[in-house]
Amino acid sequence: MTDDKPMNSPYLLQMKEIYKSFGPVTVSAGVTLEVKPGEIHALLGENGAGKSVLMSILCGILKPDSGSIHYKGAPLNIGSPREAIRHGIGMVHQHFMLVPNLTVAENYVLGQGTPLRLINDMKAVHQRITALSDRYGLDVRPDAVIEDLSVGEQQRVEILKVLFHGTDLLILDEPTAVLTPQETDRLLDLMRDLVADGKTVIFISHKLDEVMRVSDQISVMRDFKVVHTTAVTDTNPRELARLMVGRDVLMELPRGSANPGQVVLSVDGLSCRNDLGLPALKGVSFSVKAGEIVGIAGVSGNGQTELSLAISGLLPIDAGKVSLEGKDITGLSPAEINQLSFAHVPEDRHKMGVLLPFTLAENAILHRYNQSPFAKKGLLQRGVTASFARDLIKRFRVKTPDEEEFLANLSGGNQQKLVVARELARDPNFILVSQLTRGIDIGAIEFILQEMLKQRDAGRAILLISTELEELFTVCDRILVMFHGEILGEVPADRSRLEEVGLMMAGQRSAPAAAMEPALT
Amino acid sequence: MGFGAVLLELNGYQGMDVINVMIIGVFQDFRSITEILLKSIPLILIGAGLCVAFRCNMWNIGAEGQLYAGAVAATLVGVSFPGLTSWIYVPLVLIAGALGGAFWGGIAGYLKVRFQASEIVTTIMLNYIALIATSWLVTGPMKDTKAAYPQSARLLREAWVPDLISGARLHIGILIAIALALVLYVYLYRSSAGYAVRVVGINPHAARYAGMNTGRNMMIAICISGGMAGLAGAFEIAGVTHRLYQNISPGYGFEGIAVALLAGNNPMYAIFSGGLFAVLRSGSELMQISSQVPQVLVSIIQGIVILSVVTFGALRFFSRRRG
Repeated sequence: MTDDKPMNSPYLLQMKEIYKSFGPVTVSAGVTLEVKPGEIHALLGENGAGKSVLMSILCGILKPDSGSIHYKGAPLNIGSPREAIRHGIGMVHQHFMLVPNLTVAENYVLGQGTPLRLINDMKAVHQRITALSDRYGLDVRPDAVIEDLSVGEQQRVEILKVLFHGTDLLILDEPTAVLTPQETDRLLDLMRDLVADGKTVIFISHKLDEVMRVSDQISVMRDFKVVHTTAVTDTNPRELARLMVGRDVLMELPRGSANPGQVVLSVDGLSCRNDLGLPALKGVSFSVKAGEIVGIAGVSGNGQTELSLAISGLLPIDAGKVSLEGKDITGLSPAEINQLSFAHVPEDRHKMGVLLPFTLAENAILHRYNQSPFAKKGLLQRGVTASFARDLIKRFRVKTPDEEEFLANLSGGNQQKLVVARELARDPNFILVSQLTRGIDIGAIEFILQEMLKQRDAGRAILLISTELEELFTVCDRILVMFHGEILGEVPADRSRLEEVGLMMAGQRSAPAAAMEPALT
Repeated sequence: MGFGAVLLELNGYQGMDVINVMIIGVFQDFRSITEILLKSIPLILIGAGLCVAFRCNMWNIGAEGQLYAGAVAATLVGVSFPGLTSWIYVPLVLIAGALGGAFWGGIAGYLKVRFQASEIVTTIMLNYIALIATSWLVTGPMKDTKAAYPQSARLLREAWVPDLISGARLHIGILIAIALALVLYVYLYRSSAGYAVRVVGINPHAARYAGMNTGRNMMIAICISGGMAGLAGAFEIAGVTHRLYQNISPGYGFEGIAVALLAGNNPMYAIFSGGLFAVLRSGSELMQISSQVPQVLVSIIQGIVILSVVTFGALRFFSRRRG
């Protein structure tokens, strides 16, 4: 282990020939990763390529079967995440590791020191958080309770937590998944600032443009190995994409023009409140026609969550009206809405969309567990369910040994494919999809988005709520922008309008048409 | 068991000898085996019922109180209707017991669904109410006027649960307990209704998204577990004691929790874990008689058995999930 010359190594971190498997399943097949101090090192790859496992090994959450890790020139043998923190290695996870009913400061000191000391030190903790927050412009208040924060805010809390623990090596797992373009810019700037401060960043991502913009070095992972490491100056997005998936990625999905028909969903003056009783939607009106995809853009926490819940009957409506195919569905229960020609891919698949300890087959019948042919005389029809699940798995190319696998064992992309497959199998005329591609890999994104276009061309009405502008501009026909519970404006999904959407997401109303017209004429 | 033996040695007993007495002793003759089976009836019933509640994430700690509620209801019916034939009377008594237990569990369920009151707290509190109410009933309103002790009148003969084998106390409840555990297994894992109960238990958000009524499923789950505990109480009354006493249950309701956990919350396995706990219980009585090992030490050994089995079960569960 110690045959390497210590201190002379040019690398901050060297992971060599890391192997890890769970029974017959290999999740790390001889990974070698070398990171120099003071660089932003991107780890690029599809979900299920082994990025998260590799980082879990580095953070002491998992133990490798073989291989060596050198950190700061010395062999590193970490047994727990807490030791990793002590060594100055900190990770911001894709799924936040925060206790929802505690404040920011309480989350930060969780597991650190004795309770009595903490009470005394809490003031200092608050000051330190405020100082760090101001320094990096993160807008994190130490006394805010986590569950009151939007997803985007929670992420900033997570990033600050790692900084709070005095980390030298930051690992960011898909950090931009929930951010607006402006927030993403800010995060990328922040990463630059951190490096300028002498810290080192490992940036896990599948977004080529961000990786190209911010990284110094890029390691591409595929099939549980690093297949290529290169300086950012020596490569281009096309090459990286090819390395990631082993084939060329269509950055622009081919699609014909939309052919909108009758109005399928119409929302009129919809108002409702969020969990805390605060107004979340303030008179939202729009409609979705058959054969078109309407996008809802916006920074998370501007009412999109409540909009999707209100439409699907999961949140009480204060005022306004929702109609589906001409039928008033305002105030119907979720069970009643499920009987209609309606499908819903929820925004947080772990919270709502799936049951992790259930098998794929059991997940496949979530809405139809008491309907024929999946149930007869109150008994589940396991044979029918299994063949139905197999059919979904095959059609959506879900990577799994079989339909009896537990859903928890699948990667995020494959879980989402199953959810989309299940929802589309309900043969709905209206499809509500929320944060469809959050935290999943390019291959799965492309597949699912193409499926959405197919549904559109088959005459389905689709409402696509997303914080990913790239996704919206790729498939939508028109885009509505939500801000503070209102729809601020609508633009056709033309990439030249990207800047305009970004401004509206920040709360600036689009330049009034009247003001623009003179310039045009 | 090895741990148990070491523990006994440390306390100055002949460890392996005591264990041997316990294992061999409980199976020594036909009568001991029927006694074990008799003890397993309430454990299987309660354990299997609690599996349903626990699968729905309803932590019903009140099976003991529900057992008493069932016993009181069964007694009330069992002393009141002379002239009925056994074919009608026995089922009537048992149904009364089940309804009594279900009602007692339902109170906690309602408080949970309506006011988000923790069912752990309310079921424990309802235990005390049921136990004290039973004491009051057998010393007061329901007291057998001819008896010196606090006990109710004797159940009418036609209300007695028939013995399985003549000459032993074992009654047909063992068959019903096993059958009901299997029914609950089918309910939980093979029926739509059970699917909904499990979904609500794992993820209430997903349950609402799927159109399930979370509150109703929680009520169903706790009423089933309460009903099973009440049925256990009815069997104790109509099958064993034939009267209501102050302390008809030596803690079956609490042991039932361990039975359910040991069964991995699967009602079918509750048949076996209920049987195991019945063996341990018989063994512990025997240990006290033959080696003067104190009850407390026996409880510790029981605890070790539960812990090791549950731990191994948990390890298996997690290693499977990791993959």
